[in-house]
Parts: sequence; C-alpha cells; structure tokens
Amino acid sequence: MSATTEIVFMLNGAERRVGVPSTMSTLEMLRDMLGFTGTKYGCGEGECGACTILVDGASVNSCLMFAVDCAGRQVTTIEGLANDPCARVVQDSFVKHGAVQCGFCTPGMVVQSVHLLATHPHPDELSAQRAIEGNICRCTGYKKIVDAIVDAGCAVGDRS
Amino acid sequence: MSEVLQSTAPSTLIGQRIPKLDAPDKAAGRTRYVHDIQLPGQLYGAILRSERVHARILRIDTSKARALPGVSAVITAADIPDQRPIGVVKDNLPLKTDRVRSLRDEIAAVAAESEELARHALTLIEVEYEDLSAVTDAADSLLPGAMLIHPPIAGAKSGDPVGLAGRDDNIAMRFDYVHGDVGQGEAESDVIVEDTFYLHYVTHCCMGVSGVIAEFDAKGNLLLYSNTQVPFLHKREFAEYLHIDPSRVRIIQPPIGGGFGSKLDIYPFEVICVYLARATGRPVRMVYTREEEFMASPTRQPVRLTLRSGCKKDGTLTFRSVHTLHDNGAYTSWGATTPVVMMQAFASLYRLPHCEYHTVAVYSNNPYAGSFRGYGNLQATFAIESHMEKMAAAIGMDPLAFRLKNAHVKGEETGQGNIFRSCGFQDCLKIAAERSDFLHKWREYTGKQKEPGRFKRGVGLAAMLHVGGGAKIYQSDGCGTIIKIDDFGHVTLITGASEIGQGSETVLAQLVCEELGLPISAVSVVNNDTEITPWDVGVHASRTTFVAGNSAIGAARKAKDKILEAAAPRFACAPEDLDMKGGGIVRKATGEMLTNLPRFIRSLHFAQQSDLVITTNYYEPPSVHFDKGYKGDISAAYSWAAQVVEVEVDLDTGAVRLVKVTGAHDVGRVLNRLGLEGQIEGGVVMGQGYALTEDLQVEGGKIRNPNFRDYKLVTAPEVPQMDISFVESMDGEGPQGAKGVGEAPAISMAAAIANAIENATGVRITSLPFTPERVYRALHGALPELPTTPKVAA
Ligand code: FES
Ligand code: FES
Repeated sequence: MSATTEIVFMLNGAERRVGVPSTMSTLEMLRDMLGFTGTKYGCGEGECGACTILVDGASVNSCLMFAVDCAGRQVTTIEGLANDPCARVVQDSFVKHGAVQCGFCTPGMVVQSVHLLATHPHPDELSAQRAIEGNICRCTGYKKIVDAIVDAGCAVGDRS
Repeated sequence: MSEVLQSTAPSTLIGQRIPKLDAPDKAAGRTRYVHDIQLPGQLYGAILRSERVHARILRIDTSKARALPGVSAVITAADIPDQRPIGVVKDNLPLKTDRVRSLRDEIAAVAAESEELARHALTLIEVEYEDLSAVTDAADSLLPGAMLIHPPIAGAKSGDPVGLAGRDDNIAMRFDYVHGDVGQGEAESDVIVEDTFYLHYVTHCCMGVSGVIAEFDAKGNLLLYSNTQVPFLHKREFAEYLHIDPSRVRIIQPPIGGGFGSKLDIYPFEVICVYLARATGRPVRMVYTREEEFMASPTRQPVRLTLRSGCKKDGTLTFRSVHTLHDNGAYTSWGATTPVVMMQAFASLYRLPHCEYHTVAVYSNNPYAGSFRGYGNLQATFAIESHMEKMAAAIGMDPLAFRLKNAHVKGEETGQGNIFRSCGFQDCLKIAAERSDFLHKWREYTGKQKEPGRFKRGVGLAAMLHVGGGAKIYQSDGCGTIIKIDDFGHVTLITGASEIGQGSETVLAQLVCEELGLPISAVSVVNNDTEITPWDVGVHASRTTFVAGNSAIGAARKAKDKILEAAAPRFACAPEDLDMKGGGIVRKATGEMLTNLPRFIRSLHFAQQSDLVITTNYYEPPSVHFDKGYKGDISAAYSWAAQVVEVEVDLDTGAVRLVKVTGAHDVGRVLNRLGLEGQIEGGVVMGQGYALTEDLQVEGGKIRNPNFRDYKLVTAPEVPQMDISFVESMDGEGPQGAKGVGEAPAISMAAAIANAIENATGVRITSLPFTPERVYRALHGALPELPTTPKVAA
C-alpha cells in the first residue's frame, strides 16, 4: 500500500481536505473515498469518458488523473452541477430528446456537454459529435445525445 | 374554414414522444447502479482466473493470501464441496477443480476489506499447472482424436450432467431441421448458388461492468443485488446451487448499465460471490474491471456457415440447405442455442418450400459464447442476405425485385409453422428502397465500379425477420402485473418485466395510463424486486413491450372495470355508460366529468363496505412450443425490417465510411416514438460496429485486445445519417397493435453493408469485420478463401 498525501481542494464548491494514496486516481477518490458515485467507472484507461469531471473548468477523465493532483484545484462532478443553470438545460434536453437509455454514460456525457457549451454556446451537429468523441455510449447510437446537445445550445444561447 | 379544431393536449398517449421515467435521475447522476451500492460491513470480492488456455491444476497454494491482513476469505473448489455445475447443460463448475479449459476459468476467489486489497491478495495465490494441448479452432475440435475438452469422468453416475460426467466427444449441442424436400427443390431449380461465410467474435461492452452483491441474513436467506435479465429463473437456480428453497432467495435488480442479452445466464462470478458471502457472513460486492469484462464476459458466438440455395429464372426461391458450425468455447451458455433463432431466418425470412439446416456447437478452449441482442440472427441474416444478392445477380434480377418476389405477406404460414397474422415486410422493402432511391443509386454505382477514382460509393439492401411477440422457449412465456391505485389516485404498476435501459417501464406506464385516462405522471413503476414483483420469464427475445405490455393493459382494464362498476350506481347508470378520462370518471356519451379519481378512490377505501383497487393479471401469449422438429408458431407476432445503407469505400486504405442508413421497420404500431427511435438508432449503430469496427481478437484462446482502445466501438463522429420509417401493421394480438423491436435494428446491418461494399467495388466479402485492413486485402484478392463448413453426421 502506498503512502498517503494530504491534499486540499474545492469539490463542488466546498473545500475538502483528504489523505489520498499516491497511486489513487481522482475517480477512485471521488467514488470510493468521498461517495460521489455519479461519476462512473467505464474503463479506467481514459477510453470511455464515463468518468468525465471538470477540473478548473476543463473536462478531464478522472480515471487518468491522480487524486493528489487535485490539490489546489476546483473539481466539479455531476453532483456539483445540480444547481448550475446551464447544466439544468443540458439535463432537461437529454431527458426530452431521449438521449438517456441505460444512463451509465450519461453523467459523463452531460459534464462533457456542459464543458462544450461553456466554450461553444451554439454547437452544430458536427462540433457536438466531436465534443463527445471520447465518450462511449453503447445504447443510444449517439444521435439523440447529439440532438440534445445542439438543442441545449440553442436554449442556453436564448437565455444569455 | 372547415378546419377541425384540435385541443393542444393529445387525446392519446399512444405514438407520442414520452421521455423515459428514469431519465431525470440518470441525467443528474443520481441513479445508483450496483457499482454504487455500499452496504454496511461490505467486503469486496475478486477472482483469480487461469493463466493457461488448457491445463491441469496440480497445486493451488492460498496460504500467503489468507495471511494477508484485511483478507476475510480465500476460497477454492476444495473449500466448496457442495459445488454444482452451472450453465445451460451444467458443464461449468464455478470454481474449477482439477482442470482449466479457458483463460477466463475461475480458480480461486478472495473477499477483503477493499477492492485493491482483494486484487493484491490474488497475486499472492500460487497455482501450478500442467499444460494440455489446446483446441482453439472449431473445426479442429471435430477431428477424430481431437483433445476432449470435457473428457469422460470415471465413476460418474449415469445421467450426470456434463460438468460431472464429461463427454466422449466435443459436441456441446446439435440441431437438425428440415421442411419440405430439398432434393425436389434442387431438381426444380434453374440456378443453384453456394456460399460460405464466417462471423467473428464480438462482445457486449455494456458500459456498466458486470457486478453483483450477495448477502445472507441471520436465517440464511440470500439477498442478491443483481443485474440479471431473468430474475425469476435466477432465483430458482441460485436456490439449487445453495441447496435451499427458492423462496429463500430474493433478487433486487439495481438499474443496469446495459444488458443486450449478456445477463441471461448465471455466470460463475455470481455464484462465487455468493460463496464468499456465505464464507464470511458479510455482504460481498464483486465488480469487474474493464479488462476482466472483456476477458470473462460471454461473446457473440463465432459461426461458420455454408448456404446452398436455388431459385427459378423468374426469381422464385426453390430450396435452401444450410450447415453451420459454432464455436461454443469451453462451456455451454445460451450461445449454443442460437441455432434455434437462426433456423427461423433460414426457413422463414422468405417464402421457401424446401429447407434443411444442420449444425453443431462444439467445445473448444476459446471464450464461451452467450446470448447477445439478435441471438444468432445477425450471423444468419448476414449469410442469407449476402447470398440472396448473389442469387439475384445469377438470374439477372435486381436485389429489390428478387426480395419482393419472395417476401411474405399477411396471412402466410411458413414451412416452419410461423403464421404471419400481421406482416409489413413488402412495405418495409418498398419504403426503404424508395426513400433511399435505392434502385437508381444501385444501378448508377454498379456502372461506376470500374471508373477511376479513390472513393467509391455503394448502396446495399438487406432485410430481417425476428420474433416480435415473445418466444415460447421456456415453459411459460408469460408476465404478471399488479396494479394498485391509492387514495391519491396514484397508480403503482408492479410488473415482472425488468427495465434494462430499453425503456420498458415507460412504455408499460404509458399503456396503463392510456387505459385509465391518466397522465404519465400518475404512475410509478416497481419492477426490481422478486419479493414484490409477479413472475416474468425475463428480458429477452424482444418480448417485453408485447408480453408485459399486454399483461399491464389487462391489469389496468380490470382496475377500470372495478372502478366503473362501483361508480355506476352512484351516478345512476350502467358501468358501460362511464369512462375514465382526464384523471376522473366521465359520462361516455357527453364527456361530462362526474368525479375526479382520487376523490372516488377515497370514497371506496373509506366506505363501510370498503375495498381496495388492486388488480392482478397474467398474460401468456397465444404461441406454442416447437415440436421435436423445431416446428410451430413460437411467437404471437413477427417483426420485419428492411435497411438500405450507403457507404463510401476508400480504395487506397480499405476504409469503409457508413454514410446513411434508411430503415423501414414493421413495429406493429408506434407506442412511444422517442423510445422506439432510440432502440432503432442504438441497434443500427451496434450493427454498424459489428460490421465495421468491432473485433474481439481471439488467438490461440487468448484475447488480444481486452480494452476499448483496441476493441473499437463506434464513436459519435462515425454515426451515419439515419432515416427511419415505421410500418404500422397493427398486430391483432399486440398491445395497442405493437410488436417487439428491441433486437431488430442490428440484425441486417452487416449484410446491407456487405452488399453496399460490393455495389461500390464489385468485391464480395464473406467474412466480418470490414476493417480497413481486411477490406483492403479483399480488394486485392488477398483474403484467404473460407473452407466449406464441415458436415457432421448425426
Ligand atoms: S473510466 Fe475514465 S475514461 Fe473510462
Ligand atoms: S445510455 Fe447506456 S451507455 Fe449510453
């Protein structure tokens, strides 16, 4: 077992202080240590996007990031987006467009979409597809996810 | 103006776009999957798997693992003397005793305080093997003198299952089917075509890895948190393995991260987890890693097929003779029984007077095959619909006309005994062809094959037939429903049918609300606890909407009858004069609202002669079991589809881009348009992956690419344009006329793509996948020719 390091970081807007083993991934810390299970394990190798979170506003595969590297950063998980107006629009759009089936990829997809809309408020189909290129969905065939993102873009845009 | 005024709220829920009831929680990350559940005192299980493809186990030393602090239990076969073999023919001992037959074989298991610790403990277990020669090709396993995978075990009692008695050959299962007289069919043929095909390994890749939690209470009752698609069958089986009464097994099904048929069987890890819970007296959770998911999950079975078929000059099919060979892998799961579905495609997809089909599934030291969306139909349809294209060419007919000539119409009965009481097959073919401009493009692209240029376009057509009204495989194909309406007018729909992401709970809620005149928000669905839910055979065979739907409608009608009968005297009329609409009881003739539902239900509950509105219903589809010759009307309805795909082939790289899919599906009737589209789109892309990108590379029994980087699933930018039409054939038995559709969309994709590649390049590729390298080789005549499928004497 590896030595633990104490880190301090902001998780969903609140300060957290935790001791984490040096080999632990951010995904393991969030899920197993802190109980934030909305972020999913799909592969542990950066290949599926189920574990997508925001770190200082950028979307990151949390399975590839060491927990110790969260020190001093703003970490946002799907739970932390509960009161985010843009995320609400995205989530409603996912529901309305049928972009959710088993739902296992969904938190990662939503976080990825929120990140996209933060940088490109009006994505077209192509840029929505590109944005979720690293997020695998086995159920939906992606079409409804892309529709949901494009439509959410319109809605977010309308509000701003 | 003679415009009809329409109220904004649609008067019916049928055909609407109803969002899934479980979607808001899922989109918010609130849904708790099995991986997210943490019970007090929970331990974490992990399994040591074989490092050898085929070997004797000489020694297992677990002492170091047992001594590791934080390890609660280490078990091997020696610790579980009451182990019983599991699987479809009971040939798979959860923990192997003296022999491993494939790389995924389970040797030992650990329960520890953390997952990390459990996995670390596994590395401390020493196993000594003595290698045996391995059989890793299905054809080799049939050779005389081939190494036996389950050799006879001395001292076995007669009648013991394969796991205890062994077998003196490598044949796990065989099927022989015939209708008509193939000899006569041959004699009547103007043209006879023979082709051989090979289909590779793919696997489900559910985004949620496999997982289970087992817990015993103080009385020794088992509680399982399981992702099974067949909870009631599992209950009985687990009881058998534990030598306890089935009533002592309770299965709770947390939401599932994808099923696609992978959870139809019991697997060793589930039984082992139960043993660990028994050994430790604590709840044990066992969850795979993704690598383990690739290594140790079932696969779609690889199949070799040889088809020989004839037709007359006018295009009439005369006969078909099929031989297939299935690599079963080391143990028998449902994969071995897929020929039952394949034979329906061979015998009944087109009007066929004479047909025979012979097959065996053979043991090998490869990964073992399970059930996977489509259940053999993808393999069968790939072969049939590629073969049909060659036959059309042989008599100079276009692919559409040839299919239309032989396509069934409503009312026909096939040689196998399938009766098509509703059938939109001809419409599917015509609509898919018309909307894609198929014939025009097909001719144009054929003409351009020899023209210079790097990129070639092609279109391909393929069709499919699948059960759409359940399938009477088990003793009952039924489903039970309980409906409870409480004093707030809220409906609890308790159904045996599991939700596996496909949206069944939403469509069931919709059907119930339609009967009761309630908005969709008035219903919640309970479908995940065998202690509460009534019996259902399981989620498979595209049966849930049809069977569970009819069951739910029946229960709702009973509730409605009960309510209206009680209401009639109060409103001084007959029950027939009343209806339920808009959340209340109305006069049928005038639509006058008499009372709202909650108030009326309360008046029932709190009356002197009080009564509850709780109804039950069991629906068994009017289908029949096959006879010994696999004949009979096994489904209450049949679903059809035709798909046209357009591809672009890069001649320089062999890359095939799927540009567009035009599909027409006979779904009986559209119930939830949103959910239906989602099923079709997801299935199309799964079929695309099967054809173009996915390839579980199994070499010498070893999986070479157990990760998403190398096992390539389709990603968002590769998704084609989709134009999907629905043919509403209004099935007389279907719920509101609907038929099952869950498996259909994936089935004909590979054949359509093969046909399109040929249309683009003039080259027919008879084996999957169409990865750039394989297509490039094929374009240069460098793909090895497939040997004819061996025939196995009965
Ligand atoms: S779990 Fe992190 S990318 Fe798959
Ligand atoms: S909804 Fe199941 S993986 Fe995307």
